[in-house]
Amino acid sequence: MPGQSGSFAAMGATVPTLPAGQAAALIRAYDLQVAARRRQTLLGFAVVAGLALVFGVLAEADPTKLVANIGRLTSYVGRLFVLDSGQLVLLDPREWFWGLGKWLKLLGETLLIAYLGTVIGGLGAFVLSFLAARNTAPSGWMCFVVRRFLEVCRTVPEIVFALVFVVAFGLGALPGVLALAIHTMGALGKLFSEVVENIDMKPIDGVRATGAAWIPTIRFAAVPQVLSNFTSYALLRFEINVRGAAIMGFVGAGGIGQDLVEAIRKFYYSDVSAILVLIVVTVMCIDLATERARHALLGREADR
Amino acid sequence: MSAPPSFLRERAMAEEAGLRSRHPDAFRAHWRRRAGVVGGLGAALLLFVFALWDLDVSWGRVIGGIGRLGEFTELMFPPRFGTVERLWSYLHALVETVAIAFLGTLLAAILAAPFGFLAARNVVPQALFHFGLRRVLDTLRSVDTLIWALVWINVVGLGPFAGVLAIMSSDFGAFGKLFSEALEAADRKPVEGVVSAGGGPLHRVRFGLLPQVLPVVASQVLYFFESNTRSATIIGIVGAGGIGQHLYEQIKILEWGHVSFLVLLVLAAVFVIDAISARLRFAIIGQRTGV
Repeated sequence: MPGQSGSFAAMGATVPTLPAGQAAALIRAYDLQVAARRRQTLLGFAVVAGLALVFGVLAEADPTKLVANIGRLTSYVGRLFVLDSGQLVLLDPREWFWGLGKWLKLLGETLLIAYLGTVIGGLGAFVLSFLAARNTAPSGWMCFVVRRFLEVCRTVPEIVFALVFVVAFGLGALPGVLALAIHTMGALGKLFSEVVENIDMKPIDGVRATGAAWIPTIRFAAVPQVLSNFTSYALLRFEINVRGAAIMGFVGAGGIGQDLVEAIRKFYYSDVSAILVLIVVTVMCIDLATERARHALLGREADR
Repeated sequence: MSAPPSFLRERAMAEEAGLRSRHPDAFRAHWRRRAGVVGGLGAALLLFVFALWDLDVSWGRVIGGIGRLGEFTELMFPPRFGTVERLWSYLHALVETVAIAFLGTLLAAILAAPFGFLAARNVVPQALFHFGLRRVLDTLRSVDTLIWALVWINVVGLGPFAGVLAIMSSDFGAFGKLFSEALEAADRKPVEGVVSAGGGPLHRVRFGLLPQVLPVVASQVLYFFESNTRSATIIGIVGAGGIGQHLYEQIKILEWGHVSFLVLLVLAAVFVIDAISARLRFAIIGQRTGV
């Protein structure tokens, strides 16, 4: 189309160019800006590198030791896949999974620990989140106290809670459940209260206008808005807790971890790989299932 | 909450019958939905009771344990550290913990960067390769840091270096996955712009993709550093350095004053690191989106 190309040419002709002096000033300003940003990036890199060096010395990081002993890693991994008889594990799955019945039972116990921990912790988080959210908290100081409490619950690692609880409650699944529950309450309490802080306040005003007290207001105005998000976070947490429950046995708090750590310590290589395979497969299945459920939940929310 | 006006409520209550007849939908009971909710909750409750029974949880144990826990809590106050030498060794272990978290996160991020690119669908469009690499990363991710620590202790011996390598190994999978997801979520338009200006594949990544994903990735790395500070406090339990070793010992010998002191140290360190990293994250994201 000749007309169009003509108009392009005309456009090109009418693009105004700045006078040289002004343009030079702008270019200089731009260059300065770029240089400043580059300096900042370089400074950042330098700081990270310096910290890495200092921390490397502190953590006794020794690359030469790693390189010299890397053969031990490969031989360790190699031995994981060989039975005592010298056969490859895949060739004799029955021998590899000789303790399948026992392990599956322990795996079931692990899942139940994760389930109980998630439910108990989730219920605690559900109640506390409305007290910790700024927009629904009945009073400022309560909001502050609950928030600090939740922070402590999620900052102390669950294994540390488990160690203390094992001494208090004795060996078994109970300390594992309680440790997971407390940690879950802290982690979910924070996420839940963030959800609550993002709700639409109009239903709350509406219910409040009818003369409802605090609990009915939360029940009828806030809970319906947050329930699907809460469930989605709880499902995510369940998956994390399954991983957590799998290592609770390291400190005697129930589940499959006990057998795993024993196999690692006593160098029962093929047992280690068999138990690890079971854990990894279970975690992956739960990962997929909860992801499905979460998408379904959030999708339904979006449809409404 | 201030006392709300009850005028509206009184009027509504007085006219309840009229309201019911005019808005039958709002007052109808949704039996089907209710049955679903009740059924779901019932199943969850049944599983809960079954789990309690299967795991041998009894009220006697719970109450006895809580009683003992109360005693321990009493003994935890005041927190104390014994001798000054002890204090120094605790502080050294704390710094070691932070060092383990920092180095582990940094190494994992550096190692995972190329794999993140390889696992991104829009960088390497090769379905089978993509699937395989993702599963490998998933597998690495599902092995816990503690287990990695036990493995690395066999390689480099007891000590914090094993902890660094353990955190690196378990985060490597997570970072690979997160990086590739960030790349896949990137906008295609800047890439097309670079292509239309005559850029090659490397230019495409450097000027089209990197500026988009770097802030996201940097904030994720910082976030992991925060959570790794918590992980690093426990790997000492299996002998891989950090403050966990002391924590484990003091719990075993029931020195509750020392335990609470160590926990306070960890809490303080985590809060400081959280504050710094939250600031940095805000600075990175704020600065980049402003450009």
